[in-house]
Amino acid sequence: MSSSKRITKELNDCLTSPPPSITITLPSESNISLWHITLTAPPESIYSGGKFGLIVQFPPEYPFKPPTITFATRIYHPNITNETNGSICLSLLKTDNWKPSTKIVTVLEAIRQLLVEPQPDDPLETRIAEQYKNERKEFEKEARAYVGRYAKGPVQFGTEAGAATTGGEGQQQQQQVS
Amino acid sequence: MDTDDEFMSTVSSEDDMLPDDSDNDISGDDDFGFDDEPDPDLGIQQDIGQNKRAPYDVSFRVYEPQDIQQQQDVLIDEVNMILNISKEESAILLRHFRWNKERLLEQYMDHREKALEAAGLSQTTSAPPKLEVIPGFCCDICCEDEEGLQSFALKCGHRFCVDCYRHYLGQKIREEGEAARIQCPAEGCNIIIDARSLDLLVTAELTERYHKLLNRTYVEDKETLKWCPAPDCQNAIECGIKKKDLTRIVPTVACSCSHRFCFGCILNDHQPAPCELVKKWLKKCADDSETANWISANTKECPKCNSTIEKNGGCNHMTCRKCKHEFCWMCMGLWSEHGTSWYNCNRFEEKSGTDARDAQAKSRVSLERYLHYYNRYANHEQSARLDKDLFAKTEKKMVQLQKESGMSWIEVQYLSAASMALQTCRQTLMWTYAFAFYLARNNLTTIFEDNQKDLELAVESLSEMFEKPVTELADSRLKVDIMDKTSYCNKRRIILLDDTARNLSEGKWIFNVEFSNPTPISGPSSRK
Ligand SMILES: [Zn+2]
Ligand SMILES: [Zn+2]
Ligand SMILES: [Zn+2]
Ligand SMILES: [Zn+2]
Ligand SMILES: [Zn+2]
Ligand SMILES: [Zn+2]
Repeated sequence: MSSSKRITKELNDCLTSPPPSITITLPSESNISLWHITLTAPPESIYSGGKFGLIVQFPPEYPFKPPTITFATRIYHPNITNETNGSICLSLLKTDNWKPSTKIVTVLEAIRQLLVEPQPDDPLETRIAEQYKNERKEFEKEARAYVGRYAKGPVQFGTEAGAATTGGEGQQQQQQVS
Repeated sequence: MDTDDEFMSTVSSEDDMLPDDSDNDISGDDDFGFDDEPDPDLGIQQDIGQNKRAPYDVSFRVYEPQDIQQQQDVLIDEVNMILNISKEESAILLRHFRWNKERLLEQYMDHREKALEAAGLSQTTSAPPKLEVIPGFCCDICCEDEEGLQSFALKCGHRFCVDCYRHYLGQKIREEGEAARIQCPAEGCNIIIDARSLDLLVTAELTERYHKLLNRTYVEDKETLKWCPAPDCQNAIECGIKKKDLTRIVPTVACSCSHRFCFGCILNDHQPAPCELVKKWLKKCADDSETANWISANTKECPKCNSTIEKNGGCNHMTCRKCKHEFCWMCMGLWSEHGTSWYNCNRFEEKSGTDARDAQAKSRVSLERYLHYYNRYANHEQSARLDKDLFAKTEKKMVQLQKESGMSWIEVQYLSAASMALQTCRQTLMWTYAFAFYLARNNLTTIFEDNQKDLELAVESLSEMFEKPVTELADSRLKVDIMDKTSYCNKRRIILLDDTARNLSEGKWIFNVEFSNPTPISGPSSRK
């Protein structure tokens, strides 16, 4: 069973009727399993004004296994690890909860929603989650500072498997900024 | 895990449906019996004396795979008859309610739709599941739409092609080990796949695995049932001990495969130390392994002539080959003094207060104290292993002994009995040291230490006899000695366990660490 038919269909659907505030590019035309997503932060979120790079990698077993999604742009968020290629904690993407009929648009929408409404009770960054719960002002200040530092200007997708040739530079640039 | 938690919360949020918990506890608590047994008048039973158990003993039952299957079948049949729903649906409901039939029935009677919905069984149609070819069908998973594509849908109507369904089920069952709660592949649909639909879709090999996994949920869902942890053992043990009882009793159970383990924490038998202290102790040992590692070394130097001495059996009575000095492997003290009343190999002499005035001295003393107990704990663990190795060799020699001495197979079994006693007693001794480490002194600790010492001496002398060469073992006088000592060891062990378990159940031990203080076992409800 090949996953390419399903991915192609999802890609076509996304291109014909793009989901809100999301643009999709393929870093390599020959590899349909790797997507670069530019997510414009929802205006009602604390990250508003920022543009975030997301890397979507579809495993060979897709859609029976969930896609891997990471934040290429650093973000200050309780459910996203505070690093380049930050991993996301989303119950939808956990193996136990994943349903093969779930479409990538649903996942992207859930991530967008996560920016509006963090889930501090299921954190990947406990310290940030604590701050979110107890010192909201401090949290918001820091989150906005991150947006200013990392999420303005053209989105960089850094290094990851499949885009290694162009990736190194991007990450270096990001590190210089910090 | 997430799904599991959610499931738990759906069940527990319906507290109003639960029978009053306190009623349930009466039979389970005062005699640690079974909950599901009708509770005959306890007083009468105790008078007969049949059910009277030693304080360290718990009642339990061993179930083999066919027993487990049969218990499930009985429950499924009952629900099937009472509610007049199919067996598949009865099974799904029972699994959803964690095999609590009473709660299932109650909830089904009161809130039928809600119960069905929660269990992933909405509107019921009794038509048997079948594969279908639907014109114009396109599979939402693989996006195939070729003509004649076979497809399948559960009652919810979410239809997928057979290949996708098979792949999905195969992954759930084989890779994720899921069975009782495999949902429809559609996003957001919580309908559970039933056994009949599964049989239709997957290979016989996978069906078998599926049913095995379903059986596992029966045991895993019931608090009173646990799998025997021995590798390759398929049995389950039923025991009425609950989590909250564990500060009062150490529930050692024995599977018919001969594996003895703690029903509370599944670790190997650790009487007399309660689970909580065992956990603390093992953690401490793991954390301090650097400091303590040297102890478990197999070689030491003779305290008199410094020549290297290797330990090859479990016996702690060492005799230096070179200078013939006899000493104790554990405390390196003179062996001749070990039998006397004033000598204490097992007790740690707490230093007087003046000694431990400054912090440094205090921490040194506390390390010494820990090492004292760890040393003995680790030593018995090691000795038990060495005794076992030795027995493996002895077993071969038993055959030889049979031939040479003309003894029958049954006549050489005393060696096997001795080996068993050594194993069990050392296992107990080992844990007495972890227990003692956490024990604060009171008027009962002396009795405990005396019992420990008596058992230890008995074990060491049996261990010593056991190390004798085969030619000597054939001697009928030694044989009688070994048999006597074996039964003496077992007796001393019972005495020790009896004393520690009784005081534990009565809450008389004082521990020097935080220990969830138990509520008295005989609550107001049990006094009839
Ligand atoms: Zn399909
Ligand atoms: Zn469905
Ligand atoms: Zn067993
Ligand atoms: Zn235990
Ligand atoms: Zn010597
Ligand atoms: Zn000694």
